[in-house]
Amino acid sequence: MLPGTILYILLIYILPIGIIAKLGASVANKAAAQLLNFPMWVSVIIHLGLLYATLHIWSDINAYRVLILRLTLVAIMLTVSLNVINGYMGEFSCSHPGFMALGAYVTSVFTVFLFVDDKVFGDALLQPTLGPFLFPIALIFGGIVAALGALIVAIPSFRTRGDYLAIISLAFTFIVKSLIENLEFVGGPRGLGSQPDWANLPTVFIWTILCIWIINNFVRSTLGKALNAVRDDEMAANAMTVNTRNTKMTAFLFSAFWAGVAGGLFAHVLRYVNPGTFSLQKLAEVLAMVYFGGLNSVIGSMVGAVGFNLLSEALRPLEIYKWIIIPVMLILVMIFRPTGLIAFKELDIKSIIKPKQKDEKVEIEHAVASR
Amino acid sequence: MPLLHVKNMTHYFGGLRAVHNYNLGIEPGQIMGLIGPNGAGKTTIFNLITGIYSPTEGNILLDGNNIIGLQPYQIAAMGLGRTFQNLQLWRHMTVLEHVKMARYSKITYGLIGAFFGTPKRHREEAEIEERAYSLLELVGVQHLAGQIVTNLPYGALRRVEMARALATEPKVLFLDEPTAGMNPEELIQMMQIIRGVHKELGLAIFLIEHRMKFVMELCHYVQTLVFGKVIAEGTPDEIQNNPKVIEAYLGKETVT
Repeated sequence: MLPGTILYILLIYILPIGIIAKLGASVANKAAAQLLNFPMWVSVIIHLGLLYATLHIWSDINAYRVLILRLTLVAIMLTVSLNVINGYMGEFSCSHPGFMALGAYVTSVFTVFLFVDDKVFGDALLQPTLGPFLFPIALIFGGIVAALGALIVAIPSFRTRGDYLAIISLAFTFIVKSLIENLEFVGGPRGLGSQPDWANLPTVFIWTILCIWIINNFVRSTLGKALNAVRDDEMAANAMTVNTRNTKMTAFLFSAFWAGVAGGLFAHVLRYVNPGTFSLQKLAEVLAMVYFGGLNSVIGSMVGAVGFNLLSEALRPLEIYKWIIIPVMLILVMIFRPTGLIAFKELDIKSIIKPKQKDEKVEIEHAVASR
Repeated sequence: MPLLHVKNMTHYFGGLRAVHNYNLGIEPGQIMGLIGPNGAGKTTIFNLITGIYSPTEGNILLDGNNIIGLQPYQIAAMGLGRTFQNLQLWRHMTVLEHVKMARYSKITYGLIGAFFGTPKRHREEAEIEERAYSLLELVGVQHLAGQIVTNLPYGALRRVEMARALATEPKVLFLDEPTAGMNPEELIQMMQIIRGVHKELGLAIFLIEHRMKFVMELCHYVQTLVFGKVIAEGTPDEIQNNPKVIEAYLGKETVT
């Protein structure tokens, strides 16, 4: 079974991608060099456009691919935002499923209440055509409610350092879960369905890019770097004018906000949520993606989320053995790279979009030779 | 009116009296030394003034403002920079990031700037960076700006800490054993740096030190602390010949 799976992945994915990458490299590099003449945002938008086009074409083949792709993008948002707390700030938070649940339910109630004829919430109040325009507001609203939830966790747990946050945040996840299970108007343990289908691929893609962009901006600013200072030596940070408590609170709320937005998208991708989704298994999944990808690194989290999701899809033919191989891989990563695959590395957009070094050298050599 | 004025400060750790009736007045531009045997309470005094502990009794005025009860970051932002006895650097950050970080309280672009990378933020970060480089140059480590601090030799780390403290724009700079663990050559360099900083920025310096040579050459005024009490104060020459100080350090001469 195992050789067959590996062969399949090799033939269908790795080999063609490798060949195309090899053949396309020089053309792509030349094109990228051309783009350097334009302002950076033009270049970034073209790159993102190409990325989106590729994903769109790849996923167009069947609905399953679209679903997996959207869930992977949501996972990227979750992982990057959790990395702000567990990586950049160095605390251990277990409340991401809780924030996600808050975001998912608040957004769902918002959209179902306003735009869908529902047994519980009654007729749609607004025209469904308005929906896609109000969807961002619903998501942001979900994020804000998640951030308010984070405030409840943050106030008692950031008085001191230590394991308190882990314990309180774990409790928070369970409280949110059982709260939703007991709220009859959102369906209790049966869950809430019939969300409108607005979280299509472009929407999720744009939100993911937005999330990565904003978080990356934040952690690269001196205000965001204060998180690292607090993590490495809080006393020194305090003595260097850093308001440590505020810094921690802000980052925690910020992270929760994005978890809430990701939860809202998650609910609209599946078009059904139930409280059971946001339990320990979800927590383990998010934590695994963060620690697999790499602490203190936005790019590491992206790699972690995509890698983890791809792996679990690619190994699907192995059925039950998948759940032996993936944990073993995680353990290996922890042994050989205790901070994750790509830890402590900044996401530098400039270095990603510029032509790769090797070709630059070749070009310079050509230029020198032609003289 | 002195720049930093401490009046009758007393502090207890439980039943232990760590600091007793401590008085201090630092004038602008003055270099004040604090000496004393191990465990005398020198670092405790630093921690009390910089707000890490709150004194049991007494008043501390910085530039005429009472700073008791304020958080350390507020006191630091008011103009009280410090270094630590056993280097407290951020081990995953570069030298440049250390110095930039100390400008935290002066940043005005706020969260909006941090999230969306506004032009204001880029301008401000560039300004901070330029300043950071000039401070690194002042202490002579500008060539290490891009290095992660864990890769650097000890002497350089002391300088980085100094540059970081200077970046908070202190009126009074607290140096907690700036030459601990240094060899004689590094010691002389450190002395030159402190002199240079003092001359260039004209700030008042309050330093704890064990090496007499260093204290005698740099300080304008010296206090000797034994068991939380100041037993002698005066100019370096007076202190050097004070029998009480000699006794505290070397013990009583027994006449046989």
